[in-house]
Amino acid sequence: MSFLKIQNLCVDYPMRKETIYAAKCVNIEVNKGEILGLVGESGSGKSTVGNAIINLIDAPGKVSSGSIILGDLNIHENSKNIVKYRGNKIGLIFQDPQTSLNPILTVGEQLIETIQTHLDLTNDEAKHKSIELLKEVGIKDAEKRFYNYPHQFSGGMRQRVVISLALCCEPELLIADEPTTALDVSIQSQILELIKRLTKERNLAVILITHDMGVISETADRVAVMKSGNLIEIGETKEILTKPKETYTKSLVSSVPPTNKKISRFVIIEKENKDNQINNIKILNRWNKKEIIEQDLVKIENLSKSFDDNFFTENSKNSVMAVDNVSFEIKEGESFGLVGESGSGKSTIAKMIVNLFKPSSGDIFFDNVCIAKIKNKLEMMKFRKQIQMIFQDPYSSLNGRLKVKDIISEPIKLHNPSISSGDLNEYIFDLLESVELSQKSAERYPHEFSGGQRQRISIARALATQPRLLVCDEPTSALDVSIQAQILNLLKDLQEQLNLTILFISHDLPVVRQMCDRIGVLKDGKLCEVANTEDIFLKPQHDYTKKLLHLMPKIESIYN
Amino acid sequence: MCQVDNNISTWVRIKDSDIYHSFINSPTAIVSSVILFIIFFCSFFVEFITPYNPFDPSSLSLMEAFTPPSWTEDGLAKFILGTDGQGRDMLSTILYGSRISLIVGFSAIIFSLILGVGLGLTAGYFGGKYEMIVMRLTDVQLTVPSILMALLVDGIARGLISREMHDEMAIYVLIFAIGISEWPQFARVSRAATLVEKNKDYVSASTIIGVSNLIIMFKHILPNILRPVLVIGTIGLALAIIAESTLSFLGVGVPPTTPSLGTLIRLGNDFLFSGEWWITFFPAIFLVILAFSINLLGDWMRDTLNPRLKK
Repeated sequence: MSFLKIQNLCVDYPMRKETIYAAKCVNIEVNKGEILGLVGESGSGKSTVGNAIINLIDAPGKVSSGSIILGDLNIHENSKNIVKYRGNKIGLIFQDPQTSLNPILTVGEQLIETIQTHLDLTNDEAKHKSIELLKEVGIKDAEKRFYNYPHQFSGGMRQRVVISLALCCEPELLIADEPTTALDVSIQSQILELIKRLTKERNLAVILITHDMGVISETADRVAVMKSGNLIEIGETKEILTKPKETYTKSLVSSVPPTNKKISRFVIIEKENKDNQINNIKILNRWNKKEIIEQDLVKIENLSKSFDDNFFTENSKNSVMAVDNVSFEIKEGESFGLVGESGSGKSTIAKMIVNLFKPSSGDIFFDNVCIAKIKNKLEMMKFRKQIQMIFQDPYSSLNGRLKVKDIISEPIKLHNPSISSGDLNEYIFDLLESVELSQKSAERYPHEFSGGQRQRISIARALATQPRLLVCDEPTSALDVSIQAQILNLLKDLQEQLNLTILFISHDLPVVRQMCDRIGVLKDGKLCEVANTEDIFLKPQHDYTKKLLHLMPKIESIYN
Repeated sequence: MCQVDNNISTWVRIKDSDIYHSFINSPTAIVSSVILFIIFFCSFFVEFITPYNPFDPSSLSLMEAFTPPSWTEDGLAKFILGTDGQGRDMLSTILYGSRISLIVGFSAIIFSLILGVGLGLTAGYFGGKYEMIVMRLTDVQLTVPSILMALLVDGIARGLISREMHDEMAIYVLIFAIGISEWPQFARVSRAATLVEKNKDYVSASTIIGVSNLIIMFKHILPNILRPVLVIGTIGLALAIIAESTLSFLGVGVPPTTPSLGTLIRLGNDFLFSGEWWITFFPAIFLVILAFSINLLGDWMRDTLNPRLKK
């Protein structure tokens, strides 16, 4: 008899135009002492299932049928039941530790409040219990930290506090909704270890909701795969990841970038995609293709950038060194990867290369011209034309008030004012086709497209000026894995056929391994090491690189 | 949702939009916009609607002065809301008056909108010392009550312009006086919205492409900050109309030869205690309905266009 039993759960969101079925007849069972991984892409309904268990579904959504049985009680039979169960029998961990704690109460006050809501304890007893809990989740100096406010904790520590809050009333079921997505790799592995340890020690039933297959393969005992509200497949983690039965699971697994080898292209299984052969790039005949010359296209020398948070004291010691004395070169035609955790300064370097920020000191040479020394407006335009950028967030990188064709035509008209309107249209169509969008897309607005399609529009816009260097700042980290695989394939094709030089910035090591020829590892604004990709992964020199590689969740670990 | 057909007309798109839907489901929005439509229509086509021209002295008859509204004992059927001290039909006078009020209100709000958005947008975009100067200027402007500001402008204008010219120029002075006292809120809102927009990646993308600052500001940022600006613009319109009436009531607005609602209220005020209540009452109630409807419509717009208030 399993501990949590979800039977035929259906969740509907009746909207004005149509009813959205966020979960359709989902059947899941979870045993005590087991971690069930719930995976799926965005919109698959994985969080909906988690929220349905604790009855936190936002209006107008509602559980339309089905039952959720915890132990021997149907918790949706009586809406009063759930209030008793929340926090008491069911603990919750949210994605973002920044917002899941109340900033004006100390950690101790929040723990005591939660404990006293559910357990009949005096203040002293509750305090004692809270300190025990903080120790259990690995917070040092728990007696002192008890009186601290959430902002005095780092992200990982805060997530530990959230876990201790979830555990404080001895729940039997723990729901973790993307508990490590907002955290860096090194902290992610600590939190996952903690969840694994607690599951064993306390004999918890855990539902781990995530989109990250690497996390699943390292932590979950069983996996449930969801797609658009349907439960596709459920079973042992090893079974699902190595021998998936359903096509969807297969494509999901094959889109995950492998960490242990470099593959030439991602295999895309989904039926609607005939993506497995290299597509022909239409703009090739207009492209003023440059033969690759053995030379450094970008040369960065002792680059530093500091940010002053105070307007009045420009020379204050408080200024943060975002980039600290970094030097490296990017050869023409290669793809160079910059990896690092959040705050390591990788995006700042990208913004300095495209001349959005001015460096505090040091020089950037593009094609042997120092960028800072370009004063002439015409020369600046020439420089702009040669470097383009693709951004992380596909939602904010396109102006929602302009049609796609206006977005793409802007750079074309700017750099070639004399282009005839017929020629312009043809060029736009060619660009759209090169990024695998239909010609009809030209007349639409960005909000009609999905994240992946928007990223394709972004790429088309960047290609419109026929750049030599394409700076990609986390181009896929906002996308689902299967979409990520398609976009990465596209970037590879474009690079190969157009002889582009790519600067690829990412925090995701497996992705970087697939995309880049050489990699630079950044930590706190300093460059730790630069080497060929395979060298970095096989024989890392710097301690930090070794640590990063060791901690990265590996989907292959399941095979061992 | 990606399968939207390209051939569907704009009208279908509008009908399908959330704004249309919210409008249809909001009785306040419908009622207030119907009232506003009637008022606007009647005010701007008043020559074709009313049989009287209150500003044609030959058509006036002093014999018919002080006729009470038609439903009272001494009322005449041809003067629905009665007549004033010179025998002018109240209803037509109000409609003529509201036209002046609306023209002044709209012009003043457009004037302050252009001034405020222009300053706010550039301040938010360029930042630095320029931004500091503009924003301190708005702070100073906000400390001066708008009526006082308008009185000041009016006073200066009276000093500068000769007496004969003044009646002709009065309406422009009024527009300037009201407009100059309302721009700070437009500047503040558009600066705040610009600060949010300019850090979005689409602005960076345009910079990288090489688009000039001017085009980025007006082609890319401006359309994206218009929503909050239009909402406060609508509510500001009601304020401007009221400000105009207040100034005219105080006697520094438009001259009695081309009376606005405020002037009518002031003229009628003299007769209030001698029993001819309708001369001041009807223009006043008309002003209340007009301002109230605009405010309700503005409130509805604010709720609909604000994504944070979506249920």
